[in-house]
Amino acid sequence: MKSSMTAKPVANFVPETGGTFVAGSTFRRRQYWNEPSMGTWERFYLWEIVRGLTITGGVFLRNMFKWMTGRKGALTTYYPEEMRPDYAKHNRGRHVLVQRADGSPQCVACNLCATVCPAKVIEIEASFDPGDPDHPKSPSSFTIDYSRCVFCGFCIEACPEDAIRMAPWVPQLPGYERRTMWIARAELLTWSPQRDPAKPYPSRTAQQQRNAA
Amino acid sequence: MLQDLVIAVLFITYALAVLPGLGTVLTWVERKQGAIMADRIGANRCYVRLPFTQYKIVWMGLFHGLADGMKMILKEDWKPQSYDRVAYMLAPWVTFAPVLLVFAVIPFGGTFVPGTMLSGIPGVAQWFGDRAYPLQIAPLSAGLLVVFAFSGITVIGSMLAGWSSSNKWSMLGALRAASQMISYELVMGVSVLGLILVYGTVDLVEIVKYQSGTVLGVLPAWGVVLQPFAAILFLAAATAENRRIPFDLPEAESELICGYFTEYSAMKMGLFMFAEFIGIAIVAALFTTLFLGGYNLPWMTDAGFTFPGNHVVTFGAGAMLLLQIVVFLAKVFLMCSFQILIRWSLPRFRYDQLLRFAWKFMFPLAMINLTVTAVAVWLLR
Repeated sequence: MKSSMTAKPVANFVPETGGTFVAGSTFRRRQYWNEPSMGTWERFYLWEIVRGLTITGGVFLRNMFKWMTGRKGALTTYYPEEMRPDYAKHNRGRHVLVQRADGSPQCVACNLCATVCPAKVIEIEASFDPGDPDHPKSPSSFTIDYSRCVFCGFCIEACPEDAIRMAPWVPQLPGYERRTMWIARAELLTWSPQRDPAKPYPSRTAQQQRNAA
Repeated sequence: MLQDLVIAVLFITYALAVLPGLGTVLTWVERKQGAIMADRIGANRCYVRLPFTQYKIVWMGLFHGLADGMKMILKEDWKPQSYDRVAYMLAPWVTFAPVLLVFAVIPFGGTFVPGTMLSGIPGVAQWFGDRAYPLQIAPLSAGLLVVFAFSGITVIGSMLAGWSSSNKWSMLGALRAASQMISYELVMGVSVLGLILVYGTVDLVEIVKYQSGTVLGVLPAWGVVLQPFAAILFLAAATAENRRIPFDLPEAESELICGYFTEYSAMKMGLFMFAEFIGIAIVAALFTTLFLGGYNLPWMTDAGFTFPGNHVVTFGAGAMLLLQIVVFLAKVFLMCSFQILIRWSLPRFRYDQLLRFAWKFMFPLAMINLTVTAVAVWLLR
C-alpha cells in the first residue's frame, strides 16, 4: 500500500485521451493535424458575430418571404393532415391477407405469425369449417394493432402458407384513441391475386379430381 | 390637478397594456421566429374554438402564450422546505417590479396637448386648457439615472431567489447572476457615459429631441451614428443584464437545471420568465430611445419632417403624435426581434469566458470609447 503511494510517476505517460505528461512539467495538449486556427480578426469576435447573424437572419428572411408569398417556408410536414409523397419504393407499411380464388382467406389460423411477432400485435381467432376438407381451419377474426406494430416483417417470414404479405402502402394511423388504430380482418382482406406467378392456385375442381384419382 | 391625474392614469394604463401584452406576444415570437430560422414551423396547434360552433381560431399559434399563462396560473404552487419563506415569496416580485418601473421614464411619443389636439371635443379641450404633456409617465430630468437605479434592483431579486431556495443549483445560479450582472452593468454604464457627453443631458426627452437633428447636414443625429461602438457595447451588456443567450449562464440548463429559479413553480416561475420577456421589450425601448432616435423617424420633429435640402413637410399635431407612437412601437418590436435573432444564433459562453469578455474586452473598449468621445467633444466645442 505504501509502495503504491510513493510510486514514481511514469515518465512520458500518454493517457488514452491524448496529450503527454512529462514528469516535472505541465500537461501538454496533443496537437491535431486540423487544429482550428484563429487570426486576430476572428479573435476580435464582433465581426464573426455579425457574419453569423447575417446567415441566420438571411435564412429567417428567406423563409419569411416564402410564408408571406403563400409557400411553405419549412421542411416540416404537417403530419396527420399532410402525408409525404416520397416514401421509398420498397417501403412496406401495411399488411394484407391473401385470398384464395374464391375469396376466402388463405390463412389457416396456425398462429405462427402471432407467435413470432415481437410486439405481440396480432390476434387470431380460428374457426372450423367441416364442409371444406382442403381448408378446414380459417381465421374468423384477424386483427393487427397498428399502434404497436414495428413493421419488422417477421410475420411474413413466419407464414407457412404465404397468407400474409406487406403492401407498399401506409396505414392511416393518426387518431385520438388507440382502438381506432386496430385493423380487422375485413380491412386486411383487400388483395385477391387471381394470377400469382410465384404460387399457382389450383382450382377446387382440379383438387377434387386429384383427390379422387 | 385632476387633469394631470387623468393623464397619468391614462399613460400608466397604456404602459400596463403594452408591456405585459408585448411580453406575452414575445413568448410566441421567440418560438415562432426560432422555428422559422431553423426551417421549422413552430407553435401552430393551439386554438380557441368559437362557442357552439366547430370554427377554430388558430392565428398561427398565437394562443400558445395564453395557454402557457393559464397553465402557470392553474399549476400547483409547490414550495420547497426553505428557512427563509419571506425572501422566497418576495424574490419574484423584486425581479419583476423594477423591469416594469424602468418604462416609467421612457418617452413613448411626442408632446400631447389636449387643448388643441382634442379641439373636436370642446368640453374636454376647454377643461385641459393649455396644458402640455410629454408622453412619459414620469417626466424626470434624471431619467437615465433612474433607469440604472431600477435595473440594479433586479440583482437583488435573483440573489434572494437563489439564497432562499436552499438548493445548490439555485445558489450557484444566483452567484453567477450577481457577478455577471454587476460586471455588465459597469460596461453598460460606461458605454452610456459617452452618450451623455455627446447629448449633454440625462433627460430622456431631451435625448430624443437631440437625435431629431442631423450630423453633417444629411445623416440623422442618432446615437448609432454618433456612438456606434457604444451602441454595440450597450446592446451586448443589456443582453447580459437580461441574462439572455449567449449570456444565460445563471440559468444554463445543462449545468444548473434552471439556475436561481429552479425551486420555483407555477406563477412564481412565470413571473421570472415574464420579467425576462418584458426585459427584452425594455432593453429594446431603451436602445430605441438612446440610439435609434426614440419615437422619431429620421429628420422628424414634433412639427413635421425637414428633409436634407430644406424640404419641409408638415402634418397636423395629432397625426404626428399618432405617427410617433406607432413609430416607437415599431422600433421596439424590431429591436425585440433582433434580440431574438441573437438568442437563436449564438452559443453560450463558458463562465470564465463570460467574465473575461466583460472585464478584458468590453470594459477597456468602453473606456477607450469614453476617452475618445471626451476628447472629441472637448475639441469640437
